[in-house]
Amino acid sequence: MTLRTETFILNAGPQHPSTHGVFRMRFTLDGEVIQDVEPVFGYLHRGIEKLAEGLTYSQDIVFTDRLDYLASMTNNQAYVLAVEKLAGIQVPERAEYLRVIMAELMRISSHLMAVGFLLNDIGAFLTPLLYMYREREKILDLYDMVCGQRLTYNYMRIGGVSQDIPEEFVPALKRFIDSLPRFIKEYEQLLETNEIVLIRTKNVGTLSKESAINYSAAGPVLRASGIKWDIRKADPYSVYSRFKFEIPTGIKGDVYDRYRVRIEEMHQSIAIIKQAMEQIPQGEIQTKVSRVLKPAKGEAYGRIEGPKGELGFYLVSDGGTNPYRLHVRPPSLINLTALRELLIGVKIADAMAIFGSIDICVGEVDR
Amino acid sequence: MSIFSNVIPTVIHAAPLAPDWPSGFWSHLIIFVVILFIFYIFMAMAFIYFERRVISRFQIRIGPNRIGPFGLFQPVADVIKILIKEDIIPGNVDKIIYILAPAVAVVPSILVFAVIPFQNGTALIDLNIGILYIVAISSVSTVGLVMAGWSSNNKYALISAMRIIAQVVSYEIPMALAILGVVLFSGTLSMNGIVQAQTVPYILLQPLGFVIYFLASMAEINRTPFDLLEAEGEIVAGFNIEYSGFKFALFFLTEYAEAIAVSAIITTLYLGGWKGPFLPPILWFLIKVFAVFALIIWVRATLPRLRIDQVMGFAWKCLLPLAILNLLITACQVVFWPALSQWIIAGVNIVLSAVLVVLWSRFFRLTGDKVEA
Repeated sequence: MTLRTETFILNAGPQHPSTHGVFRMRFTLDGEVIQDVEPVFGYLHRGIEKLAEGLTYSQDIVFTDRLDYLASMTNNQAYVLAVEKLAGIQVPERAEYLRVIMAELMRISSHLMAVGFLLNDIGAFLTPLLYMYREREKILDLYDMVCGQRLTYNYMRIGGVSQDIPEEFVPALKRFIDSLPRFIKEYEQLLETNEIVLIRTKNVGTLSKESAINYSAAGPVLRASGIKWDIRKADPYSVYSRFKFEIPTGIKGDVYDRYRVRIEEMHQSIAIIKQAMEQIPQGEIQTKVSRVLKPAKGEAYGRIEGPKGELGFYLVSDGGTNPYRLHVRPPSLINLTALRELLIGVKIADAMAIFGSIDICVGEVDR
Repeated sequence: MSIFSNVIPTVIHAAPLAPDWPSGFWSHLIIFVVILFIFYIFMAMAFIYFERRVISRFQIRIGPNRIGPFGLFQPVADVIKILIKEDIIPGNVDKIIYILAPAVAVVPSILVFAVIPFQNGTALIDLNIGILYIVAISSVSTVGLVMAGWSSNNKYALISAMRIIAQVVSYEIPMALAILGVVLFSGTLSMNGIVQAQTVPYILLQPLGFVIYFLASMAEINRTPFDLLEAEGEIVAGFNIEYSGFKFALFFLTEYAEAIAVSAIITTLYLGGWKGPFLPPILWFLIKVFAVFALIIWVRATLPRLRIDQVMGFAWKCLLPLAILNLLITACQVVFWPALSQWIIAGVNIVLSAVLVVLWSRFFRLTGDKVEA
């Protein structure tokens, strides 16, 4: 005998504990199993791309802070990189190193949040997340030292950075970097030997190599599927070509691999920061750039390896003081396109784990 | 403490109601019900406070510390807050069931305390089928939760209700089988009798039974890692999503009352109940209850949640066979070696349990594979 079943629609979001902001998923469910999913976003749309057209190039840096608010520094970096490409501005070496240090710290911070929230979605009652917060707090303190801000930094400037690091920054950074591997190990021990974490993450939400490429996924999501692609190596910007580091990749592309890749990337970031601290030269931190920048007519695309994937800013100049067009390539949104394929056929509980493992930031999805 | 031993003189057996002192019986009943109810409310508040403080230690936070010394009055403030909240009845709910559900949930959780011995003979009633009564009564709460989930006319609540039916029915069986092991050793179903029979705490004689009972009761009272029905990451709050004010407070109370009940039952069955040296029995009882609850909190603070199919698989593939084996082993020991020293049996059982658990974890692996749609 077969029972007649009926599908029903369940709205997860926009106000839902697991949707990391105001994201909405419209599930078509057959019991617990997801038949179809329709992502709905735009609840946090602020029209940043349009707003940017009304302000000067340097004023737009502030907007980039508000995109992925868990990784403001890297947003700054990608934007100023695009502007510098557009206007042909050389950046002093010390500023480049400072940018790298800040960006890698940001990557650690963002990955900490990603792993913490993933575990929170799996159902660990806040504990891993708060441990992650503890470490992130130290990074925020470092940023506070450098630029006086803890969330939206507005630190990078066209042609450099806003201010040099204070004296107490270097020892504080050293202390943090030296202590971090031990903490990461602590997390790993807590999580990797935990049978429930393993059965909830392994073989769940598997994204094949081909699909990952087809969805033009980037960042940890792509690398977890086994593809060695990192803008820092593939198209080196800033001074990344001077550092030795590995690109960690996964094998299966499941939730567990994404989590592993993030943990490994934190180790690599630590290595990069260590090398940057050794190599960092003295000198200028800012080239002379006119306050009202007027780049020649043309276009430029600046891209970096953000914590969540390839973050790109596409700028078109018509020769005026404001950008004619600013377009953002948000890694969160593009990684999200794989969501539907990943979610169909899994249970709701896994859906949240998969969604968490993609690690989106709604500020960046909606812009 | 003294009020317990002075007011209520001796054990009162339910089966032969003493016909010559009905007034004594009724005074005992009324006084004890009042005491028990106060105990129930205070313990629930103490547990809420205790859990919040302990779990915040796990999470490198401080926890409630504003109201009163060490935040001791935080639960009181919570209760006041929750009681003066607006009691909303949404438009499309099944009104009668919706209103009835919290009561159906909370009453059995109070009734369980009737047979729990706080010290020798101090229980509301020492039923000669005490443990059977507990198994029967404690699962009635579930009906209340299902009613709430069904009547709320909310999809999250409905999923939660379906989950809890599946889960509780599955875990009831290994739980009852685990209890049978204890009953075989003690030779009685009376809660007080079980405590008196424990010369060696049954956690040593029945280590496997203890583990099974502990896990199954975690599922029964919906604590992590089996808290599927209120998985806030998936179905927000589950069955109580549409409830507010006093009705929600009743569900909250039920949850904690069940936790107290399970801690008390584990204390009674496996940890020797009120027995212990030096301190008064009631204090020993409370210490053990809080120790068990601390273990529950520890689990909650550490472990993520299982998925529904994994929860079911765990019950049927792991707990049920192990519970049956445990029962078999216990029965053999009771029948064939009744005169053997309990310490020897304890040693044998600890080794056996370790072997069985390891074997089972090798044979049966819960998988995280994709479900066929």
